[in-house]
Amino acid sequence: MSILLFLAPASVMIALIGLGGFFWTVRSGQYDDPQGDAARILNDQLDDRPGRPD
Amino acid sequence: MTELATDLRGFLGHGAEGEATLELLVPGARCAACMAKIERGLAALPEVAGARLNLTTHKLSVAFRTAAGDPARILAALDDLGYRASLFNPAEAKAVEDREGRRLTLALGVAGFGVGNVMMFSVPVWAGLFGQELEPATRTLMYWLSAIIATPCALYAGMPFFQSAWSSLKRRRANMDVPISIGVILTLIVSFSETFQGGRHAYFDAAVSLLFLLLIGRWLDHKLRATAQSAARDLLALQVPVAHRLDDQGLEHGVPVAEVLEGDLLAVAPGERVPVDGRVEQGTSSLDNAIITGETLPAAVGPGSLAHAGALNLDGRLVMRAVTRSQDSALAAIARLMEAGAQSKSAYVRLADKAAAIYVPTVHSVALATFVGGWALGLGPREALLRAAAVLIITCPCALGLAVPAVQIAASGRLFRKRVLVKSGAALERLAEVQHVVFDKTGVLTQGRPRLVETPAVMLASAATLARASRHPLAQALAREAGPGPVARDVIETAGQGVEGWVDGQLARLGRAAFLGVKAGQSSETELWYAAQGDAPVRFTFADTLRPDAARAVAALKARGLTVEVLSGDVSAAVERAADGAGIETWRAGLTPLEKAAAIDALKESGTKTLMVGDGLNDAAALARAHASMAPGAAVDASQNAADLVFEGEDLMAVVDAIDVASAARRRALENFTFAALYNLVAAPAAVFGLINPFVAAIAMSGSSLVVTLNALRMSLEARR
Repeated sequence: MSILLFLAPASVMIALIGLGGFFWTVRSGQYDDPQGDAARILNDQLDDRPGRPD
Repeated sequence: MTELATDLRGFLGHGAEGEATLELLVPGARCAACMAKIERGLAALPEVAGARLNLTTHKLSVAFRTAAGDPARILAALDDLGYRASLFNPAEAKAVEDREGRRLTLALGVAGFGVGNVMMFSVPVWAGLFGQELEPATRTLMYWLSAIIATPCALYAGMPFFQSAWSSLKRRRANMDVPISIGVILTLIVSFSETFQGGRHAYFDAAVSLLFLLLIGRWLDHKLRATAQSAARDLLALQVPVAHRLDDQGLEHGVPVAEVLEGDLLAVAPGERVPVDGRVEQGTSSLDNAIITGETLPAAVGPGSLAHAGALNLDGRLVMRAVTRSQDSALAAIARLMEAGAQSKSAYVRLADKAAAIYVPTVHSVALATFVGGWALGLGPREALLRAAAVLIITCPCALGLAVPAVQIAASGRLFRKRVLVKSGAALERLAEVQHVVFDKTGVLTQGRPRLVETPAVMLASAATLARASRHPLAQALAREAGPGPVARDVIETAGQGVEGWVDGQLARLGRAAFLGVKAGQSSETELWYAAQGDAPVRFTFADTLRPDAARAVAALKARGLTVEVLSGDVSAAVERAADGAGIETWRAGLTPLEKAAAIDALKESGTKTLMVGDGLNDAAALARAHASMAPGAAVDASQNAADLVFEGEDLMAVVDAIDVASAARRRALENFTFAALYNLVAAPAAVFGLINPFVAAIAMSGSSLVVTLNALRMSLEARR
């Protein structure tokens, strides 16, 4: 059972990375324009500045 | 266009590095191609650093390279690209950012993370409950691991509830969030003490999944409000309140209406609304006061006349001196009434709060009785507290928390497809209760724009060639009636009088009676005269016609047992005609805005729950004070602000649809409450007698939430059938 002591924290760490990613997507406004983002991917020109103009 | 001559710098905002920014609304941009075209078109301008269009909200953000920028150039560029845009006030643009929504989304994400990971440790524990081998030491380890994940998650995700509960307690009230907060905190404390003592009953998973399910309901409710608010804001921004102020050199500067000061000289072009009350200094024109007073006949104005804020300038450019600022114009009285109305509406007790008012004391007394009774009957304080906590968790506020938002989001989605915008869930609840419907006449029962009613058919074609050259609403109505055709040559328009031009080789005139040398008749109707040189003038009469389905909608309302009434500011004859046409027996004419509001108040005092449907400024106070209110999309901003629901399009049946959906939503919500109550009748005793273990709690909680949500989804299924 001692493998649990390694596996349990490892799985939580992986999940935490996912949660961190979720925080980043929300904070950087990636859910602010779902329709626009769906349309932008069809655009030929690469759009490397998601978010607001600045 | 005159806009090019106008200085619109008042609408500029400033970015992080001091560069000028501009926020615009581009309602016409709806596809990927539009987005690329607009963004590239604007980025090609030398002064623009970047442009970003949000396709969901139709908001366009433009950043300039320097601290100076000219909004008019952007507007012109968009115009060239084929898009109509309007400016956001910098202050309003800030409000568009949805901070609360982000917070809720983050809380929901954290709760979801917590639930998923705590379950990882819960499943072995549950398995242990069914006789599988699980040493007490391993179980305690599982609980400790659960605690490490669940506690921070529950504290973060629970913040929206804790804050709301705290502010409600400070006002000495108890809303739904109070038992939720107490339940979550107590559960965590009890679970910790169980884990310390190596006990079996720790509910870390229940605390987080409770918050997760509740946050779904909270998030849905917020989304409903946010979409409705942004759509309402879009409608408002389309009628941008720009005033054109003249400086000493006679140049026009566009400024937000709120910045107009008393004594400012303002220009009002034909087709614009008068921004603030003012006295005309130059120019003659006629003003359409329909929105302020409900009168359909335009009033002639010249130097010295008073022009009221909100009036539509029909035909000549006016220069006027502001006599009041917008905050203290003649509208101030209406605004005060609206404010009072909004306050009375916020005092309305929502269904969920009514349920909470029963739920909170009941559940708390049961939990307290379980603790005290259990201890007294010899259970020991630890077991008694455990059972009390089980009561708080298992009685499941999540079914209650989801019962109403899930239904309302389904209902408003259904109405949205019918082009009715619901501003809040409370609005739907109030709408379901109405017993009496009050209509305004102009723009609600009627279409709000003149249509040709009496036509000398022979002359229509030739009069229309002249009419097509004019922007006057009556001329446009005439041109619409005649359909497409040629336009007269060498047309000269005399403001407030009429147009003159060459038709079939003859000089002809179309305009007021006086313009054609006809003695002004006794007619009270809206009319135009037309004559070619030497011929006898002929008369075209216009009336504001009923919406095509007005009679059907009124009949449908009556069939639902509602009483219907018309309150209008227009003259009796016109109101009577419209009421007759729509099949409404009760009507009152010639009412001032304050009298309308008083009539609504009188109805309220007699205990009648009234739905007010109105569009004009004269209805705004009545809209705000009625139990529920609706406004057409063409209404003035004040009315759209005051109304609970906004419907677009020509159909008055939207009012009937909205009432139907609102009552269906109320039925669904009550069904959900009934279900939640039945569930609690089983679950609460089970918890009191100690029959609940963590596994049963998890199943019962998610099961009941699922049933409530599925019942709510029936709302959308019914719509598709």
